[in-house]
Amino acid sequence: MSYIPHTDEDREKMLRSIGVSSVEDLLREIPRSLRFEGTLPLPPPLSQMETELELARIAAENGAALACDSFLGGGVYDHYIPALVGQTTARPEFYSAYTPYQAEVSQGTLQAVFEFQSLISRLTGMPLVNASLYDGATALVEAIWMASGERSGRNEILIARAIRPSYRGVLCSHLAVSGLRLREFPFGKEGTTDLSCLKQMISNETAAVVVQSPNVFGLLEETEEAGRIAREAGALFIQVFDPASLALVRTPAEAGADIAVGEGQSLGSPPNFGGPLLGLFAARAEFLRRMPGRLSGMTEDANGARAFTLTLQTREQHIRREKATSNICTNQGLVALAAAVHLSSLGPEGFRRAALISQERALELRKLLREAGGAIPFEGPFFREFVVRFPEESLKRGLVRHLLDHRIVPGIPLERAYPEMGGCLLVAVTEKRSRESIRRYADLVRDFADGKGKGAPSDA
Amino acid sequence: MLNPVIFELHKKGRAAEHLPAPETPEEEILASIPERMRRRLPLRLPEVPELELARHYERLARRNHHVEKDFYPLGSCTMKYNPRVHERIAALPGFAALHPMLPETLAQGAIRLLASLEEALAAVTGMDAFTLQPAAGAHGEFTGLSLVEAYFRKKGEDRRKVILPDSAHGTNPASVRRLGLEPVEVRSDERGEVSIDALGAVVDERTAALMLTLPNTLGLFETRLPRIVEIVHGAGAQLYLDGANLNALLGIVRPGDIGFDVMHTNVHKTFSTPHGGGGPGAGPVGVKEHLIPFLPTPRPVRDGDRWTWKHDFPDSIGPVHSYYGNFAVLVRAYAYIRHLGGPGLREVTEHAILGANYLRSLVEKSYPVPYRRAAMHEFVASAARFFQTANVRAMDIGKRLLDFGFYAPTISFPLIVKEALMIEPTETESRETIERFAAAMLAIAKEIEEDPERVRGAPYDTPVRRVNESLASRRPRLVWEDGADGEGVPSRG
Amino acid sequence: MNVPEDLKYTREHEWVLVEGKTATVGITDYAQSELGDIVYLEFPAVGERVRMNEPAGEIEAVKTAAELFAPISGEVLEVNETLPEEPERVNRDPYGEGWMFKLSIEDPSELEELLGAADYKSLIEESRHA
Repeated sequence: MSYIPHTDEDREKMLRSIGVSSVEDLLREIPRSLRFEGTLPLPPPLSQMETELELARIAAENGAALACDSFLGGGVYDHYIPALVGQTTARPEFYSAYTPYQAEVSQGTLQAVFEFQSLISRLTGMPLVNASLYDGATALVEAIWMASGERSGRNEILIARAIRPSYRGVLCSHLAVSGLRLREFPFGKEGTTDLSCLKQMISNETAAVVVQSPNVFGLLEETEEAGRIAREAGALFIQVFDPASLALVRTPAEAGADIAVGEGQSLGSPPNFGGPLLGLFAARAEFLRRMPGRLSGMTEDANGARAFTLTLQTREQHIRREKATSNICTNQGLVALAAAVHLSSLGPEGFRRAALISQERALELRKLLREAGGAIPFEGPFFREFVVRFPEESLKRGLVRHLLDHRIVPGIPLERAYPEMGGCLLVAVTEKRSRESIRRYADLVRDFADGKGKGAPSDA
Repeated sequence: MLNPVIFELHKKGRAAEHLPAPETPEEEILASIPERMRRRLPLRLPEVPELELARHYERLARRNHHVEKDFYPLGSCTMKYNPRVHERIAALPGFAALHPMLPETLAQGAIRLLASLEEALAAVTGMDAFTLQPAAGAHGEFTGLSLVEAYFRKKGEDRRKVILPDSAHGTNPASVRRLGLEPVEVRSDERGEVSIDALGAVVDERTAALMLTLPNTLGLFETRLPRIVEIVHGAGAQLYLDGANLNALLGIVRPGDIGFDVMHTNVHKTFSTPHGGGGPGAGPVGVKEHLIPFLPTPRPVRDGDRWTWKHDFPDSIGPVHSYYGNFAVLVRAYAYIRHLGGPGLREVTEHAILGANYLRSLVEKSYPVPYRRAAMHEFVASAARFFQTANVRAMDIGKRLLDFGFYAPTISFPLIVKEALMIEPTETESRETIERFAAAMLAIAKEIEEDPERVRGAPYDTPVRRVNESLASRRPRLVWEDGADGEGVPSRG
Repeated sequence: MNVPEDLKYTREHEWVLVEGKTATVGITDYAQSELGDIVYLEFPAVGERVRMNEPAGEIEAVKTAAELFAPISGEVLEVNETLPEEPERVNRDPYGEGWMFKLSIEDPSELEELLGAADYKSLIEESRHA
């Protein structure tokens, strides 16, 4: 138990060397009144085997989810992951290593991070990439901090309402007391951001403009135009991007983004019930000294051999303390490694195919669902994810329940985040969803509307 | 080329192996994206055959120190063994393949596990409730301080000062700043504890909190904690525990019982989850009753015989992370606590303390420990005398330890000890390993007397020699640039 | 430790060379050796006014960052443009090619508050034994 290697004899020898007779003697400095007496109120210990079986039982309680064809996305996507990815991150050389502060014995991690930075730079077109942050949402928080530092004197941030709801929540909790004014600008009836409204709202108070593309509804935004509006007002343009989309879609660099952030989970990590995720953070070269988080740099060792090290550490908290560019003292090392192995494994053609097949199948499902009676409220160009509204009648009779009973998880309801979008689901399709499952989804919807569904008893 | 970067292994024209071509002609699919919205930039990802790729990561793996290779004496980092079985558990599809937005009915086990972990952490720490959302210790600090800030805002009290000992972790003041609060430093006394006089002088009606690490970063217990609690609570302020050193308290002291209002833990330290070469970790935050209404949403709650996410807490600071935090990390922490139980966790702490004191007894003749009191789970030695006599710094000693196959201790921290070497063996290191490490420390002390130049030039027997950090900072090269577009150098030239 | 006799010094380990109405500013040999390899510098812009003892830039070494303070008040006349490209000059030659910026002397009485070489030498002796 407890992974403690000592025998009684070891303990005796150690105590003797210290010059005490028991561990209790070593605790004598703790005032008695502060001591906890008794045993911690936890369930009794288990052997390792029993622990594993117990946890496997808990995992099995989620087992029904595994039998489903899931069309959930909204920031976390179920893309194909080459075997080398998981088998690399499962190596103790990587997972049990510490933060690479001692560069001489951390070259593996440091080089992997350097390669990660380089790969994300090539993907986004942005010259500067950090070693990653907690997730896309907190990466956006850091981007806003950086922008407000860069445009000090301006204290307003304009944020498209069509960014992920989870990001909106995290922005509020992190920036509530920042002194920055967060203002949302709406999306129009096409589901894309209303740039004329942005034009009206932007002023010389605006430090940054935030637009997500593909947006919360999967729609591609006019990022170039948004960037131009921001630039003309002297504000910075922050684009929230989806790395998988960049196989096909204009990069943040091409759109003129000053800072680009995104969620990198889809690069080689399973969904993991939403964590760990991978905050991607990229910027224009001039922001080097303002970058939050770790950076791995290429340099030389004392013999002139190629070597890597964490660099520009004076930005960070352990040196700058209260003046640091951020309080962050970690990255998502292992998740970034997964992303690097993933991109290197797939290569340009494999990465592109994943995007193309996802898009192909998403187009097909959208068409089939429309034919099955679903409405498509937003018709504009999209990537891999779209919104469908099912007939109220079907929903009332328990369509979603019916689909779940038939092992289809149909999408994410949007009503909680967007009250005006009752009955709307956000549907994501990756290359892992078979054409058969797509047809089955649509058939179930159509048959249910036709009254042919076996019909789970309506809740109403 | 001994050590190519991935782009140097690239050869254009490698066939894609992993995915089929789409069934629809590419142009038809692309037609769904208007020309102006398409990528024009070449997609310069490397094309490397899978075997070459596997060898590439094998080479990188060999160039890393890690827990299973040898001991990490890193103080404050608690580099204990990461049980193998946890890796297998976290990889179960019933955990790894779950989408966070699954209907609750399909994720009952996952929600229950998170709720159970919250409960277990509360039992271990004596706090009343936990949130598991923060992704790391610093994120936990930010979250915990946000709760304090929201609490006082709700009460209508304007409190902007957060008091920090001069031995505090650097993240503390950085986190305080992030909330627009004002960090105020309080000095340590000659015993290495918070100076009660200095504390009394700065705590006032504008003080929001005192952030304390316990045991402190010198590895010492704050013996006058009851007086500290009195001063802080007497001024109406909150007491925050930086739980980085919780490994020294399990089953011995429960922070929630002795006056702490809010704390964070680092599960990648105390609860054995892997450091991952720098993350992902997790930094759950625990609170006493009065701060519960402010915890991040959503929270896992039991509703009759099912588990559900509750969003409706009007005073909540809102979510601090997408979804529910680093779930896969939390699964490992839960497995650890479930395996060890109350008795096992107490054993952890007892042996962590035993190991630290034993190691100290072996090295302190050569490496003076400035505050000579019983250590908790770690101790801070000073290399100042070597700096004075031989111009050898703590960092040089750390680098020389690399040649012995060990990692370096935590160097130059805490700031209040000159040439600090902060050392924490953890409970999972055997007596033999501790002795082997002590022998290396003593050998280096001897070597400094005989051949200081040798120590200053270390390391020698590592994948690379001492790395030129000045060059890295002066001429930052953060991404790979190759000459011809995408044309790399053939492998192993 | 090199402490030239003809310069004036501050408690923040900066030196000042007075030539007519112009003061040239840099950091001392002691400061550069304490900081270690200097990797980055930030100066006020030419034309900016700085005030005595107030922050006027930043010096970064590999693992420390220090603020640069204006030793006297005045307008920035010139900054050493070569340093951002080659910060190692400060380590190599702190009193020569490692100079940082030049100020117009507004109030000569401020110069009286600066230290002479002897006083500065005893200051660094004290710091070393603290």
